[in-house]
Amino acid sequence: MAKQIDYKQRAMPKQEPFERVKNFDEVALGYTETLAQEEASRCLGCKRPFCTQGCPVAVDIPGFIQCIVDGDFAGGIRKIKETNALPAVCGRVCPQEEQCEQVCVLGKKGDPVSIGRLERFLADWEAASGATETPDIAPPTGKRIAIVGSGPAGVTVANDLALLGHEVVIYEALHDAGGVLTYGIPEFRLPKAIVKREVEYVKSLGVKLYTDYIVGKTKTIDKLGDEFDAIFIAAGAGLPWFLEIPGENLNGVYSANEYLTRCNLMKGFRFPEYDTPIKRPSNVAVFGGGNVAMDSARTALRLGADEVHIVYRRSRSELPAREEEVENAEEEGVIFDFLTLPIRLNGNEHGWLTSLECLKMELGEPDDSGRRRPVPIEGSEFIMPVDAAVCSIGNSPNPLIPMTTPGLEVGRKGNIVADEETGKTSRDAIWAGGDVVTGAATVISAMGAGRNAAKDIHEYLSKK
Amino acid sequence: MFQIIERRMIVPNLHELVVEAPDIAQAAQPGNFIIVRPDEYGERTPLSVADWDREAGTVTSIFMQVGGSTAKLARLKPGDSMPSCAGPLGKDTEIENFGTVLCVGGCYGIGSLYPVACALKEAGNKVYTLLEGRSSYLLYWQDRFAEVSERVIEVTRDGTAGYKGHISRLAEILTLEKIQPDLIIVNGCTFLMMKTSKVTEPMGCKTIVNMNPIMIDGTGMCGVCRLTVAGKMKFACVDGPDFNGHEVDWEEFLKRRQTYNPEEVHPLRKSGCASHF
Ligand SMILES: Cc1cc2nc3c(=O)[nH]c(=O)nc-3n(C[C@H](O)[C@H](O)[C@H](O)COP(=O)(O)OP(=O)(O)OC[C@H]3O[C@@H](n4cnc5c(N)ncnc54)[C@H](O)[C@@H]3O)c2cc1C
Ligand SMILES: Cc1cc2nc3c(=O)[nH]c(=O)nc-3n(C[C@H](O)[C@H](O)[C@H](O)COP(=O)(O)OP(=O)(O)OC[C@H]3O[C@@H](n4cnc5c(N)ncnc54)[C@H](O)[C@@H]3O)c2cc1C
Ligand code: SF4
Ligand code: SF4
Ligand code: FES
Repeated sequence: MAKQIDYKQRAMPKQEPFERVKNFDEVALGYTETLAQEEASRCLGCKRPFCTQGCPVAVDIPGFIQCIVDGDFAGGIRKIKETNALPAVCGRVCPQEEQCEQVCVLGKKGDPVSIGRLERFLADWEAASGATETPDIAPPTGKRIAIVGSGPAGVTVANDLALLGHEVVIYEALHDAGGVLTYGIPEFRLPKAIVKREVEYVKSLGVKLYTDYIVGKTKTIDKLGDEFDAIFIAAGAGLPWFLEIPGENLNGVYSANEYLTRCNLMKGFRFPEYDTPIKRPSNVAVFGGGNVAMDSARTALRLGADEVHIVYRRSRSELPAREEEVENAEEEGVIFDFLTLPIRLNGNEHGWLTSLECLKMELGEPDDSGRRRPVPIEGSEFIMPVDAAVCSIGNSPNPLIPMTTPGLEVGRKGNIVADEETGKTSRDAIWAGGDVVTGAATVISAMGAGRNAAKDIHEYLSKK
Repeated sequence: MFQIIERRMIVPNLHELVVEAPDIAQAAQPGNFIIVRPDEYGERTPLSVADWDREAGTVTSIFMQVGGSTAKLARLKPGDSMPSCAGPLGKDTEIENFGTVLCVGGCYGIGSLYPVACALKEAGNKVYTLLEGRSSYLLYWQDRFAEVSERVIEVTRDGTAGYKGHISRLAEILTLEKIQPDLIIVNGCTFLMMKTSKVTEPMGCKTIVNMNPIMIDGTGMCGVCRLTVAGKMKFACVDGPDFNGHEVDWEEFLKRRQTYNPEEVHPLRKSGCASHF
């Protein structure tokens, strides 16, 4: 008898909105075993699974889901880890609705399978069971690889090359590993204990990690080249963009990087236990509409703001953030000002931000990207009282390495130029991947780039 | 962990900190800074490099105890260690043969000025050093500067050493000393750098300052160190910290440095008299 198709996704338990805006604990609580098995049972186990094609690292989705149905959780996590070194992270932060879940066949008539939540379930089960399996490591090859940056791209390459028997050293500029996972994405969305666990796991494979080490400054790429057989650059994005409107240097105006780094990396939300201060303003405007903007806005709420606005110049359907996080932000009371353009920040005589001047927009003709271009409505200026503004409109790649590495080809926007398939740069024995190549993208695409580069580096080293 | 080799008060409230950090010692150049964290709860605190020993693998900074983080640093003893010491950060001070250079130092900047003066001397410049402070007991390293300078000039507010007054007397002092600098480099507190820039502007003498905004990462990631130079937004940690003092928007800079003053009072209260009772 044909299987009865269940079109209804199992909801994941969450902290109640009124509770969670008062703490920094994780919002989503994860599936219970029963919920996970119910949700897993919805999967049709497609012979030619679209979902896997939608995943940048091609996780064997029907495979691991079947393991959940069978109650073989250890088998399930093993299957995921064949291609994805950070399932606890990806299950939480991948934009699944644009990747694996977007193409799930069930999505045509009902809800797609909650692939991300199931992935997270297995990763959390493994951590809770304490039985993390270490895969076999190939015999030492005697080859040494230096990795610049400990974000998802760097960690993936370290993982893959360590398993192949190479000696891997990661250099990280900050005092904690994890890249954006540590300094950018807040605790309530991705607990730092999870990032630590994943980094510790990679270290358990024999990978060495030096923090407080700024490649290009502490040691140049060329000096590292004397000590290593290959180098992988995964320095991520840096240099935050500002809107270039008047008043952006007023006190109370932050880049999202500053705001989130103060809170996450420096633990400003626990000031004065931790020494780094963070302001607790009452009216906050956040510029932008991506994950970074959602994170900044929700952080501001948790720091006690009365009113937090997301000021976005397009409309809701164009928000680039993960749908789930937009919903979370709405539930928590973030106010969305769509089709609104910030034009000026005003301050008092002491240099403190007091208000924001905006212009209303309407949707005009479609632009090159096919999205209807927002155009200002004349005379629609209005003023919003704010005592903090957070700019979350993107950033360009970190400039330190291009500035100090002659011959390394750099694109117009400062990104390192690397082959799309292999990550190979213009310089011999140097690869690059992740945000430093593509500009701000996603965790999983950075990992995908790392995976491909690791393959190519291994091939190169094997021939050497 | 980074070992503390030495930490001692050299003049009231100014401490010398020597840290073992071989790779930083190898790469350090005049004008650079390091970022230290005194303990796991500590702020990332930027300090200019005042000296280094490439063979021994150590870097030296001079710091002034002003708030919570520098108070923690002041408690470190030789043999202790710090969880973070990163660097050298920032662009190197531009060194070439400019002709005659006046190096102006005050406060902790006397320390960071020293490698600048040495490098300028080595590049063939005629170097004059001017040290400024509230009183003679706040000046230090005169002997070191004497080795690389034509003359070391002192200016103290109370007149206990050298000229009485402060840097606003610069034009007059230069005439009396018969110095015609082709370039002036200032390291020190914001007021010294700003004041010097204001008095040298009418002289038309290019003045380089080593800016000290609030920072976090020091690698160009967070943007808190931004300032306006010649009408453009610059990040002090990657575009500087050296800038042309005549192009800096000082008023904005001073205001931005005040951002966390209300919060920074907290650790002081915690470490003050009240906590003893
Ligand atoms: C607030 C925020 C929220 C996000 N939310 C999501 C999300 O929900 N889902 C999603 O998929 N993506 C999200 N992203 C994007 C995602 O985090 C990034 O695309 C991804 O982390 C890029 O990985 P990476 O390894 O290339 O670089 P990064 O994660 O940026 O790591 C680079 C590392 O290199 C270090 N480094 C830099 N320069 C040097 C140097 N010279 N020497 C040594 N080390 C150096 C940096 O300190 C950093 O630790 C978010 C980003 C932000 C900022
Ligand atoms: C490139 C650079 C080089 C520096 N070199 C030296 C040095 O060689 N010796 C020295 O004594 N000081 C130096 N400073 C200043 C030093 O970093 C601050 O005095 C220190 O961070 C203050 O910390 P605190 O907790 O003790 O004081 P706080 O109580 O935090 O602050 C006291 C004052 O210092 C300012 N301040 C606070 N945090 C910072 C910060 N992270 N960066 C800059 N200013 C801050 C505030 O505006 C405040 O007015 C330098 C700063 C920069 C940016
Ligand atoms: S890694 Fe991301 S895209 Fe791939 S299956 Fe997991 S959640 Fe989906
Ligand atoms: S497409 Fe959907 S139903 Fe088919 S295997 Fe993938 S998750 Fe299961
Ligand atoms: S200190 Fe963060 S960008 Fe300069």
